[in-house]
Amino acid sequence: MTVASERKTKKGPWIDQLKGRSLIEWVEARTPGDSRLEMCIQCGTCGGSCPSGQDMDHTPRQLFAMLRAELEEEVLDSNTPWFCVSCYLCTVRCPQDIKITDIMYTLKTLAVAENKSHANTARDFSETFIGYVERFGRSFEFGLATRHSLAHMPTSIPGVVELGLGMLTKGRMDMTPHKIENLGQLQKILSRAKELEAKL
Amino acid sequence: MKYLFYPGCSMERSAVPYLKSLKAIEEKLSMELLELEDWNCCGATEYSAVNRTASHALVGRNLAIAESMATDTNVLMAPCSACYLNLAKTYHYMEEDEIFRGRINEALSAGEMQYTPGSIDVRHALDIIYNDIGLEKIRESVVKPLRGLRVAAYYGCMIVRPDVNHHFDNPEYPNVLEELLEALGAEVIDFPMKTHCCSGHMTQISGETAYELIRRLVYGATRYEADMLVTLCPMCQLNIDAYQAEANRFFNTDYEMPILYFTQLIGLAFGYDAKELGIGQEFVDPRPALAKIDVDVDEKPVPTKRAKKDEGLPMPQMPGKNGGGN
Repeated sequence: MTVASERKTKKGPWIDQLKGRSLIEWVEARTPGDSRLEMCIQCGTCGGSCPSGQDMDHTPRQLFAMLRAELEEEVLDSNTPWFCVSCYLCTVRCPQDIKITDIMYTLKTLAVAENKSHANTARDFSETFIGYVERFGRSFEFGLATRHSLAHMPTSIPGVVELGLGMLTKGRMDMTPHKIENLGQLQKILSRAKELEAKL
Repeated sequence: MKYLFYPGCSMERSAVPYLKSLKAIEEKLSMELLELEDWNCCGATEYSAVNRTASHALVGRNLAIAESMATDTNVLMAPCSACYLNLAKTYHYMEEDEIFRGRINEALSAGEMQYTPGSIDVRHALDIIYNDIGLEKIRESVVKPLRGLRVAAYYGCMIVRPDVNHHFDNPEYPNVLEELLEALGAEVIDFPMKTHCCSGHMTQISGETAYELIRRLVYGATRYEADMLVTLCPMCQLNIDAYQAEANRFFNTDYEMPILYFTQLIGLAFGYDAKELGIGQEFVDPRPALAKIDVDVDEKPVPTKRAKKDEGLPMPQMPGKNGGGN
C-alpha cells in the first residue's frame, strides 16, 4: 500500500463532510465573517504569542502550513485547537488579520463530529456542558463538575471534592439546575440551526 | 440610565458576589438594570467547539429578546466577559456577514424570533461604568476611600480581545480599570500581566496547562507586592481564587493572592458592608488585605491550605516576603 492510498483510507468519513472541498475551504465556509485563513504569511507571531503553545502538537502557524499542504488528516489529529485557551492574543497580533481563534473553534467542530480520540477530555467537557444547555437552557456547574471529574480526573478527586464543597458552602454552586421557561422554543431554534450547519 | 441586563449563568452561581455587588451599587451609580426575560446560556467557550451555527443561534435568541425589550434603551449590559464576547461576536458577524445573518435568522424563525442587526449595542459593565457613569460621578459617591490598598487591575482576555465593536482603546494594555480604581482611592500598580490569560476552561481539561497560567499571574502580582488582584470576569475570578490552592500544590508554592470584583471595591468605597457585596465567599482569604482599609469580614473563608508534599517541583526561591517563584 502506498503512502498516498494509506492516507486516502485514513481520511475516513469526514471527507464526505467536505463535499469535494479542501479543508481550508470547508473551514472558511463554516467560520462567520471573513476568516482570512488563506492570507497566512508564516510569520509565527501567533505561536510566539500563544500562552498554551508549549502544550500544542503544532503552533497555529504550523497548522496553517499543514492545511495549505493538504495534510488534512494530520491537522485533524493535532491537539492544537483543543489547547487553544481563547485568549485571542494571536488574533489581535496577526499582521494579516486572520481570525485564528475562530478558526480553531471551527476545526474543533470537525474533530468532534469525527470523534477524534486525542481530544477526548476537552471534547467531552464541551459536549457535557452543551448537553445541559440543551436540556435546561442554562449551564449547570454542579452537574458538569461532578460528571466531568468522575470521568476524567479520578486522580485529583480529593482536590475536586474539597473545591466542590467549598463552592457549595460558600453559596457559589447549586445542586439543582435552573430551567428556562421557554425551553421548547430554544430547542426548536437549536435543532434548526444544526440542520443548517449540516448543509454547509 | 436604563440598561438591558444579561447576567449570564455564572452571575447566579459561582460569581454570585459579582451580581450582589453590582446590584448593591446600581442605585448610587444611577443605573437601572432591566434583566432580559427568560434569557438562556451564552454557550461559553464550549458550544462553538461543537456546532458553530447552533452556538450563534443560542446567542441570537438572547439578542432577539433584547431587541423586543429595547423600548427605553438599546444598550445591553453584560458583566461576564465570556457572555459579553459571545453576544458581541454574534451581533458583529450578523452585521458584517449577510449569509451568516440569514442563517442565524432562519434558525431563530423556528422559534418565531428574529434579530435585526445593529438594533442592540452590547457593552461590558466596566465600559458602561467608566464611560457612561464616569469617574466624576464615582468620586462623588466615595465615602470611604481605599487608601492604603495596593491593587493590580486584571482584565483577562475576552473583554479587550478581539474587541469586535471597538469599545476599548488597547487590546493588550488598557487603562480604564486602573483609572477607576484610582478614583476609589486605591494605589494601583502598573501590572504587566493585566491582560494575560487565566487559562479559561483548561482547569477542567489540562491541569498542567492551567496551573502554569494561574501561577504566572499570582507570581506577577506577588512580586509587584499587590495586596490583591481586581477582576471583572467570573471565569478569571474562579480560576485564580478556587484553583490557586491546586496550582500551589502542583508547583509546591505558597501564594495567597486574593482576587475580588471591581464592583466589590466600588461598593466598599461607597461605604457598603463587606457582606452586602458578597465579600467572604472567596477561597483565598482577602481579610489581611482588607484590614489595611479597616474592612471587617465576618465570614470565614473555606480552608484551602494543603499540607505541602515533598515531591513538588523544585522551584528557585527568590528573596522576598512571599518566597516562591522564578
